Amino acid sequence: MATHRKPKLAVWKFASCDGCQLTLLDCEDELLAVAGAIDIANFPEASRAVVKGPYDVSLVEGSITTAHDAERIHQIRRDSKILVTIGACATAGGIQALRNFTDVKSYIPVVYAKPDYIETLNKSTPIADHVAVDFELRGCPISKKQLIEAIIALLAGRKPRLPNYSVCMECKRRDTTCLAVAEGLPCMGPVTQAGCGAICPSYHRGCFGCFGPKESSNAESLSHWWKSHGMESREIVRWFRSFNAYADAFRKESEAHE
Amino acid sequence: MNDTKTANSKDKIIRVDYLARVEGEGSLYVKVKGGKVKDVEFKIFEPPRFFEAFLRGRLYKEAPDITARICGICPIAYQMSSSQAMENALGVKVSPGIRNLRRLIYCGEWIESHVLHVYMLHAPDFLGYESAIHMAKDHGELVQKALRMKKLGNEIMEVVGGRAVHPINVGVGGFYRAPSKKELQALVDELKWCREAAMDTVRLVAGFNFPEFDMDYEYVALSHPSEYAITEGRLISNRGLNIDVSEYEQCFEESHEIHSHALHSAIKGRGAYFVGPLARFNLNFDQLHDEEKKLAEEVTCTPPVNNPFKGIIIRSLETLYAVNESLRLIESYEPPEPSMMAITPKASRGCGCTEAPRGICWHRYTLDDKGIIQDAKIVPPTSQNQKQIEKDLYAYVSQYMHLPKDQLTWQCEQAVRNYDPCISCATHFLKLEIDRED
Repeated sequence: MATHRKPKLAVWKFASCDGCQLTLLDCEDELLAVAGAIDIANFPEASRAVVKGPYDVSLVEGSITTAHDAERIHQIRRDSKILVTIGACATAGGIQALRNFTDVKSYIPVVYAKPDYIETLNKSTPIADHVAVDFELRGCPISKKQLIEAIIALLAGRKPRLPNYSVCMECKRRDTTCLAVAEGLPCMGPVTQAGCGAICPSYHRGCFGCFGPKESSNAESLSHWWKSHGMESREIVRWFRSFNAYADAFRKESEAHE
Repeated sequence: MNDTKTANSKDKIIRVDYLARVEGEGSLYVKVKGGKVKDVEFKIFEPPRFFEAFLRGRLYKEAPDITARICGICPIAYQMSSSQAMENALGVKVSPGIRNLRRLIYCGEWIESHVLHVYMLHAPDFLGYESAIHMAKDHGELVQKALRMKKLGNEIMEVVGGRAVHPINVGVGGFYRAPSKKELQALVDELKWCREAAMDTVRLVAGFNFPEFDMDYEYVALSHPSEYAITEGRLISNRGLNIDVSEYEQCFEESHEIHSHALHSAIKGRGAYFVGPLARFNLNFDQLHDEEKKLAEEVTCTPPVNNPFKGIIIRSLETLYAVNESLRLIESYEPPEPSMMAITPKASRGCGCTEAPRGICWHRYTLDDKGIIQDAKIVPPTSQNQKQIEKDLYAYVSQYMHLPKDQLTWQCEQAVRNYDPCISCATHFLKLEIDRED
């Protein structure tokens, strides 16, 4: 029987918190099995060994915020058969995309004494704004289950099976009482893509949109509902402007209330 | 991505362009000329994300969720320090039940982060492997055990916080929902297993070979009258510092160096200092449980420990502490009622400081009368250790210049990893280069 070469997996980081790639190390029950089935060719957070490309699958964490990174992502794309973006930074620009709504030059002196030392772009942008992306995993952070499903599917040559419905569906499935209906609490569940397992409502907290807008979400309707329950415009802006602030549907909705 | 150039034996450049097994992006550069270390730069090139800027205009309640995103490895540290700062500003004192639950979730983060560092990031250096995954080929059972321990840390965070990375149940004033007794009891059997595993870990790592390297450090940590400080206390040092956390800025300063996106912290008038497990252990040893103290004596690792490479033993002892503390907290647990204190916003200013796995994480916020953040200041542990890391490298290369270049480069990387630097935190930020030339 012919021996097959193990597929090569690489993990790359741009502007981010490391939480999404940590999720790979958090797959405690699956990590050694994954490491047995694939060749982890580049994963600096876990290993000093580096194997040269090309790579079968690249997982990309983080957003593009520097001119150097805007160049670097093109080389990674050229070296990767399949490129998967992981997490809200890579798929939507992340929390650091809050700069996109203002002038980043006003930010630098708030943090750094010598602004001249700092090189940064005006906008924090998702990877897909720079190169073609084959697949995206949403979330801030991503879900462990979805990550394993994506790795298995991509190595098997099929499309990962991931939901594109809203968090509300997950809430109903786990039999959590609707916080918006029963208690009038603000909840982004109706407009947010499923994937987390509807954790927040099960802890008596409204969803705050970690997985970003679901396909054809009606954010305007949700704002209207909130407004009719007394929420002020600036509060609506804050709700839509967090980890997925620069995702189209959330960005448009927050801008409508500015 | 390491490269050590040698012009002759007395001159060298050690360069590691992308330091591995640290959280975030950093590099190391050491220049040796005529047998003397001329320059050391521990660079953090993680791109800046400007948290302190975009926190302005956000509601006080949002700070724990937003600042958690500074670091995916120690989100609890940010959630706890920001919550405490807001409560300090708004005059809220949480109930003992909430306080205990906070300590429990923090123990979960210590277990997860310490085990990750001890086994996945640091032990491969001592055992000569590129990574824990390479190590698993020869030490499969050991790596399995490590993963099981780490998983328990994550499970504590999941039960109390909703999920392991960026927990959702922590808020200013307490928790959105207190877990039931039954939910916490379900962790007990695994904690008991982990207690044995943590003791084995201490004995294992204490047997590693440590380079002779003792430094004269100023250690800074929180200290609390009745417990090994994690969630609150006064800031103390082995050189007489003893201040309220609100006095931090009067005693410490930050500077901005051209080679780093992380600000360098220093004690005013004295310079570099050391935060993290070694500092806590040397300052607060007496407050560990008897079991950790006895074990420390058994492996002859009692204060003062001034060899930073032995940080791996201290992290293992602190893991055991966190496991025992979790068992104690679960044993006496009653769900706090209410789970979150009522809060009324007012114009105010407040500070908070807690012990992240890698050292103190300090926050200050100014709020307006509606609770909107006007100003924010966050000092993560790695930016505080950055200056000391450079001093360690300077001393280490001076002492071990005779070593073969590959070995010296690897050991310099290891010297940086002693600090478990979290670069994502510090950039708010690392790169290695050793330069020997004429």
